[in-house]
Amino acid sequence: MVTYKLPHKEFNEALKSGKLMGFKCNSCGAYTCPPKINCNECASMDMVVVEFKGRAEIKSYTIIRVSPEGFEGVVPYIVALAQLEEGPNLVGNLVGVDPDKVTDEIIGKKVKIGCKPAPPNVKYCGPIGKDGKLTPEMVAITFSLM
Amino acid sequence: MRKVCVAGVGMTKFGKSEKSSIEMFAEAAMEAIIGSNIKPSDIQCLYLGNVFGDFEEGQALMAPYAAREIGLSVGTPSLRFEGACASASMAIRDAFVAVAGGFYDVVLAGGTERELAMGTPLATRTFNMATEQYYEGMTGLTFPGVFAILSRLYSKKYGIPLSKLKERMAMVAVKNHKNGAKNPLAQFRKEITVEEVLSGPMIAEPLQLLDCCPFTDGAAAIIITTEEKAKKMVEKPVYILGVGQGSGAPLYRQKDFTLIESRVAAAKTAYAMAGIEPKDIDVAEVHDCFTIAEIVATECLGFFDFGTASEAVEKGETQIGGRIPINPSGGLKSKGHPIGATGAAQAYEIVKQLRGEFVERGTQVEGAKIGLTDTLGGDSGVICNILFGIKG
Ligand SMILES: [Zn+2]
Repeated sequence: MVTYKLPHKEFNEALKSGKLMGFKCNSCGAYTCPPKINCNECASMDMVVVEFKGRAEIKSYTIIRVSPEGFEGVVPYIVALAQLEEGPNLVGNLVGVDPDKVTDEIIGKKVKIGCKPAPPNVKYCGPIGKDGKLTPEMVAITFSLM
Repeated sequence: MRKVCVAGVGMTKFGKSEKSSIEMFAEAAMEAIIGSNIKPSDIQCLYLGNVFGDFEEGQALMAPYAAREIGLSVGTPSLRFEGACASASMAIRDAFVAVAGGFYDVVLAGGTERELAMGTPLATRTFNMATEQYYEGMTGLTFPGVFAILSRLYSKKYGIPLSKLKERMAMVAVKNHKNGAKNPLAQFRKEITVEEVLSGPMIAEPLQLLDCCPFTDGAAAIIITTEEKAKKMVEKPVYILGVGQGSGAPLYRQKDFTLIESRVAAAKTAYAMAGIEPKDIDVAEVHDCFTIAEIVATECLGFFDFGTASEAVEKGETQIGGRIPINPSGGLKSKGHPIGATGAAQAYEIVKQLRGEFVERGTQVEGAKIGLTDTLGGDSGVICNILFGIKG
């Protein structure tokens, strides 16, 4: 039997407590984050769960003005691509920055990784509570300027 | 491997339809069947692309209903293909595999989609479902958003100021609308200007409305068969020379999204199978879901060096009459993008280009002998490339 070492639920629980978790590979030394069953570089399963520094650099971004259903209440918002100090990239919401004032100056800036709950009215994803809304399990990764 | 050909092709008008997905597919399929001079009962399998029928019409299990709608026999297997926007190209590729390998002699492949039934918020949400949901989707990332991120990566990597890049991206939209204006089956038959693109509403900065393809209803279908049978069915069979398909990781796992590694791999497979090079291609239908997407695709397909395709657009090299005409149909941008059907509509265009049927329409690529289709699903999760030729 194979057991997933860091399923999304545990990854998100850690993130909610301020810890970005992932893997370091014993075979090739590469880091994998978000988690997957084997190393993103060499597919080895000989990996250990490690806490990442939780710091990244913004590589690119966009300001979403036409949103998917369920995200209407948060428009406009920024989605960015950032590279962790350990190497992997993450996609997240850049928070604490006014979407109407953000410029390309933001590219190259250092950010801290966090998370926020998914908007409650998003449908068709993950577990639904008795109230018909998303359970707090679903989160969006966030980036805050350091 | 046996030689494989396309016999008949069919396609509905793209745009808003009052017809159901199955009704639209039935029209496209019967056009392909009639054009192949065969009967529905001659078809041995149906491969049907459809992505969001469940959300659009509450309709799952569309493949068997479509099969029986058009009169395929009760013993005919029917399969739904879901590869986001590349679904129909996947269906065509698998039909090729089945016929080449000798399992079937006649396969109907295609796709159908009724996106406009959903309205923009739900449609945007369903498309967002094609991003990875647990670590990416909950940011509210949209598909314009994915390609907006790509635009800035591209601008930065190649040192092309974003304002300059945006102008060249707008030229992609202008070119495709110019071609689409002449296509009676296109959703938007209207020429546009660079100024209009650059003054449109922002969707996902820096992408504006006219940088984006529309939501569309439509269907397309093609008959795939052996060389021997195709020669009996039609006067001008078109050969499938090579196919390639790649599987891309979620956006956050792509080391350099400007290189679209699944496309480079898919194209390499297709070119190797056909024994041809990018310079041998006379005409291509390329996945221009967004203006930047066409620019990047033409580099990954080997038509231009990395970082140079936007300049090539400015020089007119992708116009009909240029070095490599891209999207003479109007592309997804102007013809429309019913995602389950798009790959088959691209094949419809290339097959007719190679048969020389667009002289009257005014968008015939003169003397075209080899054509390519390129279809992307998700944020490059699926890339499917198919090479067509008039000689086997
Ligand atoms: Zn490794």
